[in-house]
Amino acid sequence: MAETETAIQSKVNAVFSSFKGTENELLPLLQRVQEELGYLPQEAMLEVARFIHVPESRVYSAVSFYSQFRLKPAGRRHITVCRGTACHVRGAEKIQETLERELGIKEGETTADLEFSLEAVACVGCCALAPCIVINGEKVLGRLTPQKVQRAVQKVKKEEGRQDAQKDHPCEPGDVL
Amino acid sequence: MTQVNLTIDQLDVMAEEGTTILQAALANNIYIPHLCSHPELRPAGICRLCLVEVEGQLLVSCSTAVAEGMVVQTATLEVEKIRRLAVELMVAEHERTCLSCGKNNDCKLQEICRFVGVDEKRLASLQPAERKLVDSSHPFITKDESKCVLCGICVRTCREIQGAEAIDFISRGYATKIGTFGARPLQESNCEACGECVIRCPVGALLPRGFARPSREVETICPFCGTGCGLFLGVRGDRIVSVRGNPGHTTNRGRLCVKGRFGWTFVHSQERLKTPLIKRKGRLEEASWEEALELVTAKLGRYRGEEVGVFASAKTTNEEIYLTSKFARVVLKTNNIANVAHLCHANTVRGLLPVTGSAGMTVPVWQIKEAACLFVTGCNPTEAHPIIGLEIRQAVRSGAKLIIANPREIPLCRLPHLRLPLRPGTDLALLLGIAKTILEEKLLDEAFIAERTLNFDTFKASLEKFSLAEAEAVSGVPAERIREAARLYATSKPALIFWSMGITQHSHGHKNVWALAHLAMMTGNYGKAGAGVAPLRGHNNVQGATDMGATPAWYPGYQLCPGYELYPRFGKFASSKEKFEAAWGCELPETPGLSTVKQFNPRARGWGGPEMWDLPQKIKAWYIIGTDLVNSVAGSHGVRQNLEAAEFVVVQDIFLTETAKLAHVVLPAASFAEKDGTFTATDRRVQRIRRAVTPPGLAWPDWRIICELAGRMGYGDKFAYQDPAQIMEEIASVVPLYGGISYGRLEKEELRWPCYGQEHGGTPVLHVDRFLRVEKGEFWPLEYELSPELPDEEYPLVMTTGRLLPHFHYNMTAKVEGIEALGGKDFVEINEEDAAALQLKSGDMVRLVSRRGSLLSRAKVSKAILPGVVFKPIHKGAVNLLTSADFIDPMGTTPNTKVCPVRLEKA
Repeated sequence: MAETETAIQSKVNAVFSSFKGTENELLPLLQRVQEELGYLPQEAMLEVARFIHVPESRVYSAVSFYSQFRLKPAGRRHITVCRGTACHVRGAEKIQETLERELGIKEGETTADLEFSLEAVACVGCCALAPCIVINGEKVLGRLTPQKVQRAVQKVKKEEGRQDAQKDHPCEPGDVL
Repeated sequence: MTQVNLTIDQLDVMAEEGTTILQAALANNIYIPHLCSHPELRPAGICRLCLVEVEGQLLVSCSTAVAEGMVVQTATLEVEKIRRLAVELMVAEHERTCLSCGKNNDCKLQEICRFVGVDEKRLASLQPAERKLVDSSHPFITKDESKCVLCGICVRTCREIQGAEAIDFISRGYATKIGTFGARPLQESNCEACGECVIRCPVGALLPRGFARPSREVETICPFCGTGCGLFLGVRGDRIVSVRGNPGHTTNRGRLCVKGRFGWTFVHSQERLKTPLIKRKGRLEEASWEEALELVTAKLGRYRGEEVGVFASAKTTNEEIYLTSKFARVVLKTNNIANVAHLCHANTVRGLLPVTGSAGMTVPVWQIKEAACLFVTGCNPTEAHPIIGLEIRQAVRSGAKLIIANPREIPLCRLPHLRLPLRPGTDLALLLGIAKTILEEKLLDEAFIAERTLNFDTFKASLEKFSLAEAEAVSGVPAERIREAARLYATSKPALIFWSMGITQHSHGHKNVWALAHLAMMTGNYGKAGAGVAPLRGHNNVQGATDMGATPAWYPGYQLCPGYELYPRFGKFASSKEKFEAAWGCELPETPGLSTVKQFNPRARGWGGPEMWDLPQKIKAWYIIGTDLVNSVAGSHGVRQNLEAAEFVVVQDIFLTETAKLAHVVLPAASFAEKDGTFTATDRRVQRIRRAVTPPGLAWPDWRIICELAGRMGYGDKFAYQDPAQIMEEIASVVPLYGGISYGRLEKEELRWPCYGQEHGGTPVLHVDRFLRVEKGEFWPLEYELSPELPDEEYPLVMTTGRLLPHFHYNMTAKVEGIEALGGKDFVEINEEDAAALQLKSGDMVRLVSRRGSLLSRAKVSKAILPGVVFKPIHKGAVNLLTSADFIDPMGTTPNTKVCPVRLEKA
């Protein structure tokens, strides 16, 4: 999902066409740009800063303050680990640690092949399934154990190896993860 | 101002309306702990330590204004409890290595802890898990996050004082820290390395590198650009160990740029010249003063008049430049006395004499913020005159209009502005377009024109045929934008015009200058606070070099030499030869002298009648003080050839420059920190510099070397000075503009020339009731003129040159390791379209070729420069090998440096 500089430029310019270029448009602009690009690359933030005449440090300050903004592209499988109270009591920390170890990334990061990204959030609202994780905001996997998580990640990785890497849909039906 | 009565801790207190409770308390010697508040910054209310209780309510005293009858309690139980908790949380996170911290004993957190009292036992359980890393990747600034208290003073300083806005709070909650865009290292952000945040950091989170506490401080003036900022050199033993801006100086008010704050280490560079050098068998070898002076006396003494050329240094003091000028004329009997102003503002200085009588900046730097409109053309103040850049930023933030005419998007373009992106060398067309609009739309100041000026109709007639369409076609700036600029300039008063080399370094540069001065006269922008013209002078004392007559055209004080009666209206000033013969007690040379370019390229065209265009080289020997001509003169190859062919060359400098390497004798001089004297700033302010340390090795101050040589050549009686103060007395006696200037007065007064006598208080604003010297301003006819050398198929791009923020020219800052690390890399900036056509990307090695030579550099692809134009910084890579000295201005003799056709090849 990483874009070339020109592609970023043209998408960002398209977003700008529906804005006036004033300072108070900073947050809606960033939201729209992120909708287009999936994240906020530095080039895009610089363009936003130029467009609304605010210093680039202030744009970065806002982006790093709000958890809704992403500085890196999300993986094709964006994994949200619930760290809410119920999940916490039932070992969410271990689930996150396992994911971090298996994927080789830390919370908030994306794998180099852009396949997985990992994010910790507070309660996702299905405490009955604790501990749980959510894939791409729609598929919930519950009552997990570190072993289940490990097996699931390894299975997907193995399939990745067999399958054509070009598949477009982020989460095939039947995939556990 | 209305006074408000309130009580603070039962004491009756009066305060001005609008002040904060904190300010009122501190003004009455009542201490309230405070951390994020800073007297120069707007209140932020971040640290919550300055809480006070007002009628049962807890208020942040740094952001609450006083009110009539207010009852403030600063130390109730509630306040103290909350305050202690806030301090404890802050201290728990803070790395407590106080004794080894650079801020020890000078730390606001220590001060607060002392007052509030903290319990180490309670803190133990709050220790942070890991110590954050110290970032010492920046050459001048150490950043220690584990000491940061997140008061935001650095962020607000960068915003409110510096206007760079390179840093901000990043991330949130516990992870909050101060950082740049993309959390990059400071040096990769748009940080200007001014160090203003460092000096304001209340704790040890930001510290200057390589500074130590001085045992004494010496008040002096910055040796880099012409702004003339005041500073204190901190000295320990016989070494400079720190620099700080002088808060009481009206120009910089304590602020300094990266050069002024961090560039001083050149003084103690190992590469300083420590002994005289004599060339033996092609090699420069160390020698004693006796040997060197004997040799110079014997050899240089053989040449007289047209056979010898003398260069005064724009980096030395007025006293030394005066002596250089006197030495050339009295001892060597020549008017071939030049200085680097001939490469920069001579077109302004000589150009404006017949127009407004003086080219001095019309107002003090501190009045910039009073201007309603700032027209910035052919200069880049943020990088070349950073403190003036700050004043412009401040003016614009408080509502002044900004017009920027430049082929490059300069850093000031980040402010709201009207941009006129003109092609290099087309300034005159653009300016005449503006003048034409002012005429057509009747935006003139008729009364001013009638009362204070002459010949307006001649100028008006010369514009008759000129049209806005032509201005657009030539300059590339849309006619409507030119009209807009004209309206903005003519209707926002007072208006101030800034310019520098982009205007003057053309073989028709004086016309550009005339056009700018005409704009100011048409709109009545002379003689008022914040109005007029601001030609920004490049060197610390290039203004003084011009004032002190280091030029063939005049003796000290703009008193003309024979052969330079170029200006008909100066009839009565025709020649001051007799006056100076009387003052200096000897006969002075009659033959007109040659200025910088003409000394090395006698065939240069433009100046004087055609009979002066093709002169033979008569100069056989040169005496060059503190000027790296081999790097700085356009067509520098010719300078090298001439110096190599010369029979005898003496160079007097603080470093072995490229020019010094070609000398037969090199004399080691003292730097600004090692002698007394005066510099004259760009706004005509004459200021004292003071000796802080002794010169390295055997080096002497320039004035002493000149006097010693004059004595050996038989003029000891005319060069018998005990100290620079005595030289200033002589200057005051022969230069009316400096008539009232003495070291005694400079100790306590802020004096700008003209200062005619002891009773005269100097002249902050020039031309108030009448124009200096000429009484009335004079308009001259102007017609658009093309640059002599234009791009063609073979050389399709136009190269223009300029300075970068961290650097000053070739030698001084190049000896400062940190500055080399910040801005040491050479590049050539090229527009992205041109780069795409040449298949270049940033970092590619390129060869830059002009009709005169070529050099290697690296491409820097950018949107900030017009297509068809490339920009090359002057500091590295001998850029003047490419430029031309063939065409010079008829008045100022400045060469055509800013329009140099080139081609770019992938190397």
